[in-house]
Amino acid sequence: MILSLAAQGTQMLLVLLLAPLLTGYVRKLKARLLRRRGPPLLQPYIDLRRLLRKEAIVADSASWLFRVIPYVVFAVSWVAAALVPTFATGLLFSWSGDLIVIIALLGAARFLLALAAMDVGTSFGGIGSSREMMIASLAEPAMIMVVFTIALIAGSTQLSSVAAHMLVTGVGLRVSLALALVGFMIVALAENARIPVDNPATHLELTMVHEAMVLEYSGRHLAMIDLAAELKLLLYASLIACIFVPFGLVLGAAGPQTYAVGIAAYVGKLAVAGTMLGVLETVIAKMRVFRVPNFLGIALMLGLLGTLLLFVSRTL
Amino acid sequence: MTIILACVAGLLALALLAAVIGASERGRPIVYGGSLALCATILVLAVSMQSEASLVLPLGLPWLGAHLRLDALARVFLALVDLGGAGACLYAIGYGRHEAAPLRVLPFVPAFLAGMNLVVLAADAYTFLFAWELMSLASWALVVSDHRSAEAVRAGFVYLVMATFSALMLLLAFGMLAAPHGSYAFAQMRGGGPGAWRAGLVLALALVGAGSKAGLVPLHAWLPLAHPAAPSHVSALMSGVMTKVAVYAFIRIAFDLLGVSSWWSAVVVLALGGLTAVLGVLYALMQHDLKRLLAYHTVENIGIIFIGLGLAMAFRANGFAAGAALALTAALFHVFNHMLFKSLLFFGAGAVLTATGERDMEHLGGLIHRMRLSSVAFLIGCAAISALPPLNGFVSEWLTFQAILLRPDLPQWGLKVMIPADGALLALAAALAAACFVKVFGVSFLGRPRTSAAARAVEVDRWSLVAMLGFAALCLLAGIFPGVMIDALAPAVQQLVGGRLPVQSGLPWLSVVPIADSRSSYDGLVVLGFIIVSASLAAVAVHELASRAVRRSRAWDCGYPGLGPTTQYTAASYSQPIRRVFGTIVFRSHETVEMPPPGDLAPARITKTMHDLAWEVFYAPTAAAVGRVAEYLNRFQFLTIRRYLGFVFIALVTLLLALTIWQ
Repeated sequence: MILSLAAQGTQMLLVLLLAPLLTGYVRKLKARLLRRRGPPLLQPYIDLRRLLRKEAIVADSASWLFRVIPYVVFAVSWVAAALVPTFATGLLFSWSGDLIVIIALLGAARFLLALAAMDVGTSFGGIGSSREMMIASLAEPAMIMVVFTIALIAGSTQLSSVAAHMLVTGVGLRVSLALALVGFMIVALAENARIPVDNPATHLELTMVHEAMVLEYSGRHLAMIDLAAELKLLLYASLIACIFVPFGLVLGAAGPQTYAVGIAAYVGKLAVAGTMLGVLETVIAKMRVFRVPNFLGIALMLGLLGTLLLFVSRTL
Repeated sequence: MTIILACVAGLLALALLAAVIGASERGRPIVYGGSLALCATILVLAVSMQSEASLVLPLGLPWLGAHLRLDALARVFLALVDLGGAGACLYAIGYGRHEAAPLRVLPFVPAFLAGMNLVVLAADAYTFLFAWELMSLASWALVVSDHRSAEAVRAGFVYLVMATFSALMLLLAFGMLAAPHGSYAFAQMRGGGPGAWRAGLVLALALVGAGSKAGLVPLHAWLPLAHPAAPSHVSALMSGVMTKVAVYAFIRIAFDLLGVSSWWSAVVVLALGGLTAVLGVLYALMQHDLKRLLAYHTVENIGIIFIGLGLAMAFRANGFAAGAALALTAALFHVFNHMLFKSLLFFGAGAVLTATGERDMEHLGGLIHRMRLSSVAFLIGCAAISALPPLNGFVSEWLTFQAILLRPDLPQWGLKVMIPADGALLALAAALAAACFVKVFGVSFLGRPRTSAAARAVEVDRWSLVAMLGFAALCLLAGIFPGVMIDALAPAVQQLVGGRLPVQSGLPWLSVVPIADSRSSYDGLVVLGFIIVSASLAAVAVHELASRAVRRSRAWDCGYPGLGPTTQYTAASYSQPIRRVFGTIVFRSHETVEMPPPGDLAPARITKTMHDLAWEVFYAPTAAAVGRVAEYLNRFQFLTIRRYLGFVFIALVTLLLALTIWQ
């Protein structure tokens, strides 16, 4: 009991601590690939600390919602990230939400952030909010279809069971799983506002989506939102790691040494995911906003195809 | 049972009383307060009653009498009708104050409530259709209560036509059910066991009859006209409750009276449900009239409910009771949830209307500053209808998703393709609904006021606030204690499909486990607890350890502040990306931009065109055809008496000849 509580607590702290590091790693890697020196690896932590200490500037027309939402968005992202098995399955509270709940929690965070963007009443907030919801209206169903594919293979939407199924029974190479993986990656890029859907580094107004939404935020509020975005990136990396490469995951209760190995494996997987993301973002260009629906439509079709294949045949 | 009937009779008496005292200032609280008390009494009785009860009254057809029966299914819907009714009456005690012509509204509200109660209680076709028509006519009177507006009159006309059509279809369905033995009591119909093609026909008639009342695409066209035209508490009743009575009619016929139906009828229901869900929300996204948007959104939710019902039919056709129970529970849960949040949202729209006199979202903005409590309730409604955890809308959609994932190995190919496709449509509808309600709340309640009416808005009266906050609390409670609801629905599910979900109330931490622990579980309470704890923890930590200073300033707006409120995103601009992505196909929408040549100071113009295909393909040709036939038949009205006598003679001879040949 104590150990499982400790494991759950470790998991929550681990995701919180690792999230800025993953973002910092991707930034550093991208800079090195472009032969720039880039900011230090720990720059996101430094940014967060600086932002937290500054005073928050709130627009005159902002309501209470504007000031509450950063904390709620952070909390929702944190809870969602804590529900994904990172280094061990079957944690104390992992049954309180399955994969669909995690997707819906991220949807709730996005809903609130899109509202906050509308709160001040500027046109940039509106454009960001409107485009974010357009992207989400395709990314979310695509994600649900990917989840369907995975759930049909594993016979469960519970992430612990899915990971255990993938790890123990040895699913092997399957067409539907491959379709799901590609779909998943497209959705992950879109959801995290990465290239080619959105550019996390841009400050050119007309190309911004996520950055336009949070334009009015400053100080500690911005720190919360940045941390939430970093948690979300980590969450998607953990999800891919947990579902598609669950090797090294600790199944059920175990001793501290086993957990340490699990954590090491997890950090290794994150490094691989971050490297892939960095390379991908360096080699491709950003799309026009109205190309994005086609891109996400591919993910939706792949997810639907994977699900249909599994309805038609159990072995594909 | 007798007390419930006495309450319904009380509602009818109140309707008559309202016609007398409605004009006076005291009339409103008496009528709405009385209706509230009666609805609350029925609600308490329906919830607390455990056993079935039935009664035959010597009314109606002399050889039939009026059969009334309260079984598990009727109990669920009776509770639903009266919870919605009680909420609307509570709201109306305050809201009705602004009624211009109370006599056009007051008598019909209790009659409408009585009609809906009687539909649910009826156990023979005659009583059922009588109550159905009472419900339709009372609500029609409420739709045209503002008889000076041409829009309301047109809505009333379309509604009347569609209501007649739906009643006709149900009449035919009951006729087919009664045909083998000629008895109109449900008890006899149930034993009938009609043949395959006859059952299919009955199901099709029930789907068209009940579906047109509920708002299934393409029979939905009346709904977004009629629901917003009525006063807001009546809109809430029509959208939140009356559509559910229509769903009840379909469940009663398809699940109870017909017995197990064939799998292809499930394919039809699933296809219609999926189509309705996505089209409903796309239509809603294109609206900027707050109440019309909500009405279109009802169409979407009816689609979600019918997806659940279709799944239940599919599983039942394959003899899979546990799956049918899960799907039906999801559908019934969504019926209940939609009643709660749609009523709440219509109450909110009514509050906005009271405060500003505006229904057009383009004229609103910034209401959160001036209507603090209303905006909290409305926000909860928006989040609940967008299926966000930990609110109630999420639970029912989650259960529907679980039902979709349950059995990929059904033997029929039609279902193998239709069920995953419906999964995708449901997910799409849910995501679009979130976009739609960010737009609703963001444009009307957030930002800066776009007109002086919005800037002068004041909070509404206490009665309305209590009704809104009460329903918002119920949305939250149903979301974090879904196990209670699932257990409450279990007897009705058991009655209809012969299976039920495992008992949820004993599970640790009040979680929900629809099938098995290893398959899926959800715990709204724990999720909410975690969110609250971590949000407060973060807020306290940041305020204590880092900075708590706040400076108010002008908006930054990328370094270009000071632009007026008209530069904000409007409802139309908010949905423009979605219109471009989906609308080009669904609405054949088109935008043309006319730019003046360089140097010319004329303004640039953007013109957008959209087509309502359901209306253009389906309704307009039908109406034109009816018009042509009527034109043709009109000639027979101005003939001489000799010709009429000739017609009579020919008709007589033809009939006699037909009789001779028949014999």
